[in-house]
Amino acid sequence: MKALVPVKRVIDYNVKPRVKADGTGVDLANVKMSMNPFDEIAVEEAIRLKESGAVTEIIAISVGPAKAQETLRTALAMGADSAILVETDDEVEPLAVAKILKAAAAEVQPGLIILGKQAIDDDSNQTGQMLAALMNLPQGTFASKVVVEGDSVTVTREVDGGLETVKLSLPAIVTTDLRLNEPRYASLPNIMKAKKKPLDVKTPADYGVDITPRIKTLKVAEPPVRQAGIKVADVDELVAKLKNMGVA
Amino acid sequence: MKTLVWVEHDNSAMADATLAAVTAAGKLGEVHLLVAGSGCRAVAEQAAQIAGVGKVHLADNAAYANALAENVAPLIVELMGHHDAFIAPATSHGKNIAPRVAALLDVMQISDILSVEGEKTFTRPTYAGNAIATVESTDAKLVVTVRGTAFDKAETTGGSATIEDVSGAGDAGLSSFVGAEIAKNERPELTSAKVIVSGGRALKDSETFQQVIMPLADKLGAGVGASRAAVDAGYVPNDYQVGQTGKIVAPEVYIAIGISGAIQHLAGMKDSKTIIAINKDEDAPIFQVADIGLVGDLFKIVPELTEKL
Repeated sequence: MKALVPVKRVIDYNVKPRVKADGTGVDLANVKMSMNPFDEIAVEEAIRLKESGAVTEIIAISVGPAKAQETLRTALAMGADSAILVETDDEVEPLAVAKILKAAAAEVQPGLIILGKQAIDDDSNQTGQMLAALMNLPQGTFASKVVVEGDSVTVTREVDGGLETVKLSLPAIVTTDLRLNEPRYASLPNIMKAKKKPLDVKTPADYGVDITPRIKTLKVAEPPVRQAGIKVADVDELVAKLKNMGVA
Repeated sequence: MKTLVWVEHDNSAMADATLAAVTAAGKLGEVHLLVAGSGCRAVAEQAAQIAGVGKVHLADNAAYANALAENVAPLIVELMGHHDAFIAPATSHGKNIAPRVAALLDVMQISDILSVEGEKTFTRPTYAGNAIATVESTDAKLVVTVRGTAFDKAETTGGSATIEDVSGAGDAGLSSFVGAEIAKNERPELTSAKVIVSGGRALKDSETFQQVIMPLADKLGAGVGASRAAVDAGYVPNDYQVGQTGKIVAPEVYIAIGISGAIQHLAGMKDSKTIIAINKDEDAPIFQVADIGLVGDLFKIVPELTEKL
């Protein structure tokens, strides 16, 4: 079966985002961008499933600007077989991304679609669930273990109290949690090979999807700044502070 | 506006996260609750006592026992025929189910709201809490998840809502529940604890974590948390993780021990009322947000602190 792996180009997770002075958003000019960390885990999982024989072909897909090609090349260098860029310079909300992915999946016919559980920029945690709803497929969200057996997949999920395991009929949607795996680094020869792998460029209109936003962003602001604190010299002073607060 | 709130529960008791969602829903208008589960009438009776609740919908069916999104989303969509908004706490169930509901209704969800600014206007954190966006929905119906620490809890008494049985379609036949490993934890639940003692990579290993962190937590009656590094290194189970991808907490006092204070960790705890940091590196970023800092070796400081409390 084929695996479809959606990946997103986002601000690098080590960068501290700066809110623009005019309150319209976060300043992304000249900021280091990378593949969303949860999506790297999704690519890695697809590759491992291919290495174990459960998956035959991996198609990476991204919705975003022309520069998202770099993100797709990273996925190809890790081990994806081909890639699709759905190019647009507009912000695309999870619902519209899910609609584009549904249309792409209708062409690719994947047995598994593996997404990150959330993008570290919008922190929505929606796309995988929305895609599952639109395709009427089962969903294994926040996965820390994925086992394909015959025509089903068993997914261990990270939930509030611990772990739970669900069994889903295939085709299915899986979203990755951080503990699913440790993504590999692309080697230089693989990065070179990735340049020759097929990368199709399409547009949302090719899939007949209207990407008009449903949510208006009125303002983006810095969070309240915490007051600078004090340093205490020793444990006794800390104990006194805790007692003052009524904690001890 | 008529709002339907997902009641988070384990089929016998309601989870606290529900109460914050009820408060958020109350700001929009009339509040109805949905208790979906198996053998969960007692939960519906509890829910009916919450102040300000107009009606409790009870869907008691084996198919809803484990809150599988494939089964409960169609039930919610059916109820949304006569509600204007669906609100769920941003728990693992809420985050799993709500976007499925939103897509079935063809609306965009607003995730993890911090405040209600108007009938369709909310604030929510983005970029790991480094930017707060004020957003307005243009959809006909609202689907929203609520950050539990951002709203007061609704009173659990004083209400007298009617309980109405609803059926829904039951099992969608797409998924089944296999089992769960729920970590046994006799300490206060992290997202509602007043005091949290949290450990990082500097704790070395599982045994040391237990020896250093737990006695202090016991002394303070505190919940125990951890950084991602401590969880990944196997010191404690994943449900201890505080941060962008773990739990979001806002206790009265958060004591960060041997935690450097990476962006992703701060995202989960920087709304704590008082932050105390114990770290041997005086340049650690955690000291930039800590109200009280103590620079030194945690292996000396923490046992001494525990003893003196």
